[in-house]
Amino acid sequence: MLELYSGPLDAKEIVNRWYDKYKLKNCGAFITFVGIVRDEDGIDGLSFDVYEPILKSWLDKWNERAKEKGLYIMMAHSIGDVPNHESSYVAGVVSPRRRAGLEIFDIFVEDFKTKAPIWKYDLIDGKRVYAQARSTALPGAGILKV
Amino acid sequence: MAVVEFLGPIGRPSLNVDVKSLSELREFLKNDEELSKWLEISAVAINDVLVSDLNAPIKQGDKISLLPPVCGG
Repeated sequence: MLELYSGPLDAKEIVNRWYDKYKLKNCGAFITFVGIVRDEDGIDGLSFDVYEPILKSWLDKWNERAKEKGLYIMMAHSIGDVPNHESSYVAGVVSPRRRAGLEIFDIFVEDFKTKAPIWKYDLIDGKRVYAQARSTALPGAGILKV
Repeated sequence: MAVVEFLGPIGRPSLNVDVKSLSELREFLKNDEELSKWLEISAVAINDVLVSDLNAPIKQGDKISLLPPVCGG
């Protein structure tokens, strides 16, 4: 399940709603990750661009993988500006058992960082500065290089 | 014609191009100096599927997307 929001996430509402929905699935584990914007390097916050069509197909593949094991995967992400100390990303896995859930969750969150088509900017003095040094090139990058 | 979208920080308006393959697109874009730094690090999708073959054909109405390095979360 993919949820995209303009601005900061209402993480409590999202996690509570997911909990209410998935607690009825007879799964023993609900694992969540909530990303909170840190105040560091003089930034006022972060800002994000999201390319939804490829994000959706990336998540669809994860949902298929999860479904084979009887798990559920979900994520919410911000588009646009998110001030320091607010949330920009919530991910969740619901699993029949704790161990399988924790394992897939770790791989899912790492894969998200390097494959999801989302671009991050630091907000500095009212400007968006692309966080290129913290970004990862996608597979096939440089194919049009001369 | 196909349309090229420059996603995220590339920050350019879409471009209509008349090319039949990615290698033709590369030829078409190669003299754009400001774009070259992005071409070095960007992945390419045709109709929202990432591609890694310069011979990939481009058809009338295709959407070509340039995706620079990503960082979600």
